[in-house]
Amino acid sequence: MYTNRIITTAIFMAFLSISCGNGDNGNGGSLPGSGGGSSAENRIDLLGAGATFPAPLITAMADEYRDLTNNRVTLNYQSIGSGGGIRQFMEQTVMFGMSEAFLSDEVMNNIQQSTGGRAFNMPITLADVVPTYNIPGIGEGVVFDGELLVEIYMGDVTRWNDPKIARLNPDLDLPGLPITVVHRSDGSGTTNVWTSFLSRVSERWRNRVGYATSVNWPVGIGGNGNEGVAGAVQNTPGAIGYNSFTYALLNDMSYGSVVNASGNVIEPSFEATSEAANIDLPEDTRVLFTNTPAEYGYPIAGFAWMLIYENLDANNAISNRREAEELIRFLIWSITDAQEMSESLGFARLPETALERNFAMIRQLKWNGELLGASLLEDHPLAASL
Amino acid sequence: MSTDKDTRKNIRKLLRNPSAIYRRPGDLLFTFLVVTLGISIILLTLSMAFVLYGEGSAALREFGFFGFVRGTTWDPAVQLVFGAWPFLLGTVTTSVMALLISILPAIAVAIFTAEYAPRWLANIIDNLIQLIAAVPSVVIGIWGIFVLAPWLRDTVYLPVFMWAESSYPQLLPILGNPMGYGMTTATIVLALMIVPYTTALTKDAIRSVPQEQREACRALGATRWEVIRMAILPYARGGILAGAILSLGRAIGETMAVAMLIGNKNTLPFTIFGAGATMPSVIVNEFREAVESLHLSSLMAIGFTLFIIALIVNLFAAYLTRKFSIKGGQVI
Repeated sequence: MYTNRIITTAIFMAFLSISCGNGDNGNGGSLPGSGGGSSAENRIDLLGAGATFPAPLITAMADEYRDLTNNRVTLNYQSIGSGGGIRQFMEQTVMFGMSEAFLSDEVMNNIQQSTGGRAFNMPITLADVVPTYNIPGIGEGVVFDGELLVEIYMGDVTRWNDPKIARLNPDLDLPGLPITVVHRSDGSGTTNVWTSFLSRVSERWRNRVGYATSVNWPVGIGGNGNEGVAGAVQNTPGAIGYNSFTYALLNDMSYGSVVNASGNVIEPSFEATSEAANIDLPEDTRVLFTNTPAEYGYPIAGFAWMLIYENLDANNAISNRREAEELIRFLIWSITDAQEMSESLGFARLPETALERNFAMIRQLKWNGELLGASLLEDHPLAASL
Repeated sequence: MSTDKDTRKNIRKLLRNPSAIYRRPGDLLFTFLVVTLGISIILLTLSMAFVLYGEGSAALREFGFFGFVRGTTWDPAVQLVFGAWPFLLGTVTTSVMALLISILPAIAVAIFTAEYAPRWLANIIDNLIQLIAAVPSVVIGIWGIFVLAPWLRDTVYLPVFMWAESSYPQLLPILGNPMGYGMTTATIVLALMIVPYTTALTKDAIRSVPQEQREACRALGATRWEVIRMAILPYARGGILAGAILSLGRAIGETMAVAMLIGNKNTLPFTIFGAGATMPSVIVNEFREAVESLHLSSLMAIGFTLFIIALIVNLFAAYLTRKFSIKGGQVI
């Protein structure tokens, strides 16, 4: 009886200490000396937080990078969502943020004033969104164009045998099934990309609904997460939704092709997504390239950005020059060599234009006025060629 | 003999000065511990309310508290206007309906297990009910998405919809789109989820009815049903009501399963079968990716409103328990 009580108390105390440990989010992953083989002083922990969409890629990169550096550099990435990523980045509790929406002018100005330097938005990977549907008897390859998707999501086109759908798909025998519109209910970068495409092709959509991570949907039901939308679409005959391309591929969903700005019918693929971003990007890469002018680019795609301060010393989360140096090293690796990992994980590679812009931004990264990024890039083979 | 005298003297001293009991070190330590923990709960609650209010104050200032609560537009993209009315309505409708659906079955189960069932059967039922309470709500949500919602759509919603379409087309706007994910599905799942709470609390209330009460009633020649109706239910009604209200609190705060099944439509009007939204569901949906500061502040303000509603429900439960519980000497 007495031993029982002792054991119970011990277990309780253990739980207590575990839960206390988890509460310490600000410095998560800074347990010293747990890395095998290298001494505690040598170890560097990089800390980032933000969007959930690129999380699988970043986590895989982190594993790979730890192996590459013999456990010397570890990366702790918390996928708390773009909004949280931007907030933690501004509060300087993380070394870099990650977001599927670029920083607004207001935020950029605030950061300029408070740190005396800019905030850089560096594309690190690409998000692509495909229309998914459940039409009994019809598989992949239904063709949509922007205007049609707007009318469906506005509730104007309500049946699958509508002449507007038939016009784009003359070979298909579409049923007279009512269309059930499904959208994401949670705020998400997927929604941001999807609605920005609809805003680009239709003034009516831009003025009434606009684009954001969550919007005021005119019709339809909301599913929570990619899986919620997929569940609702797959369970409802006649449903149309949108999912990230990877998710649709992995779950054998029927997805459609989309007509791009040049009038070409583009079937979603990683190449077509990369191609979409292979356009003349502005210097700060803060651009939505949905409805891309690229001739064979897939029109519903966007960047996921890594957010980083120009003056790295102004970020309270970075405490010394070595940490800043390792952060830049990781950044360079992640946009170059690490891009090889993209396709196998379901992500599209960064196009050359984005890489070029990234290099230009990295060259401006400073530590106490010293151009740290430029010196680290000096002997990089790719940077020299671009 | 003398020790006896000492003890008596000590007791007399204690009675004259009750605080003397706290002077022993063990007692002192224990008192300190209990008082600290007790006060920390109060502080925790207050600081929670304070943080929710503080974070939500930007939205509450922008729209005014009542303007925010009564506002019907939730537009995070173009107008940046936020109003909680659809979510408030959704929360109240689903949770009250869920309570109404679940309360009779829950009371019946409690009466059966407490009064009728043999011990072994009562134990089995108790365990199963506790099992339902222990299932994580996200699991119930998944079950709802893949099993309950399609089943309800095919066997209930669509037939009712077809029938209304042919006989009473004026009903269609009230019924709404019968796609399976919507207010009714969410309400049914909520009812299922709060049954264990209502049942457990009702059973406790019934068990706490003194045996003498039952025996007196039987002695007057009452049948089993009459004992329940005349002796047990009136005596237990305060506890039963309080249990029901606490379950209502659970239903109001339930988040994941509702967010997965309610269809998440942020605009009025809500329909019977159609999609809707509740206050917790919109918070869990939009919090992670709320980039605009007013958007985030509005979500916090919804949290604050929810906090107030929960407070009202709890106060109401306390009031009901006091008003309806029987302390003896009353005519019932």
